[in-house]
Amino acid sequence: MSYLKGLKDGSPIGLGYFAVSFSFGIAGSKIFSWPLVTLISMTNLTSAGQFAGLQIMADAAGTFIEMALATFFINLRYSLMAISLSQKVSPDFGTVKRLLLATGITDEIFAVAMSQKRVTPIYFLGLSTLPYIGWSLGTLVGAICGEILPAMVTNALGVALYGMFVAIVVPQMKVHGPTVFAVVIAVALSCAFKFFPPLSGVSVGFAIIICALVASFFAAWLFPMQNVNADDEVAK
Amino acid sequence: MNIDMQTYLIYLLVMAGVTLFLRAVPFILLRKKLKSVFWSSFLAYVPYTVLSAMTVPAIFFATDSRLTGAGALLAAVVASLFGGGLVTVAAVSCLTVLGVDGLMLL
Repeated sequence: MSYLKGLKDGSPIGLGYFAVSFSFGIAGSKIFSWPLVTLISMTNLTSAGQFAGLQIMADAAGTFIEMALATFFINLRYSLMAISLSQKVSPDFGTVKRLLLATGITDEIFAVAMSQKRVTPIYFLGLSTLPYIGWSLGTLVGAICGEILPAMVTNALGVALYGMFVAIVVPQMKVHGPTVFAVVIAVALSCAFKFFPPLSGVSVGFAIIICALVASFFAAWLFPMQNVNADDEVAK
Repeated sequence: MNIDMQTYLIYLLVMAGVTLFLRAVPFILLRKKLKSVFWSSFLAYVPYTVLSAMTVPAIFFATDSRLTGAGALLAAVVASLFGGGLVTVAAVSCLTVLGVDGLMLL
């Protein structure tokens, strides 16, 4: 349970995060200069939440309320993970340490932490270190590449983040039928918000919130996951 | 950049503040597990519904032509059905865009 063990356990997550946040950096470079894109990653450490946030900032119709609501619902699952994790931590994990280290609660870091018997503050710090560096550095490199690479290449790299989203969703659809149902509803609603005139006036952030809430609500209502708890519900 | 610095900073503060709140407050205060099957299921579905709603139809508009976006989506779905990981699937969709763009230049 040392810092070094945490570093080692966190290294594959750090590498993976570098790749994902590189794509986030590319996407962000179309809207902001590289320091501003990187600052988003350094203060948030979320994937879906940040990307939705970026879209709201880019949308002229976006509002602060919309940003708060979208961030809240998209990142609400971290609260669930935080609750589970708080039962696994060692007694010396005090309030200040929890406040400082809470940013490390992401899907992947949480999953690794929960596989440990006991989580000490120093181990959790080690575990979060490389993912944090990978996430920030990947964004930085991506945002700079987005500014200097030719348009044809950034055009192609622009779909990388979507590709990763597909790579997270499709494997779950393969093993869990009800997720297919949830995804079909979410996509159908999302297309309706884009193409159906009365709905297409709704801003991007609210459209994402409504799609996700309605689809998740019906899926949870019709197909509750019997043995789900915060330990195994994470999208790895 | 289409918003001014002050607006950016407020957005950033809202986004980072809400995220930290969601992580830190339950981590510090709550010790009980969520009992409700409905709400745990609901939260378990959220990442997948958010990601899919953000991807479709946005991916069609992420490139210069609808055709390349559709190709990228199709390639990504096929690659992940065949078990490709995050980076592989992303690379396959990027290469598809480059390939289709290249073909259109011919």
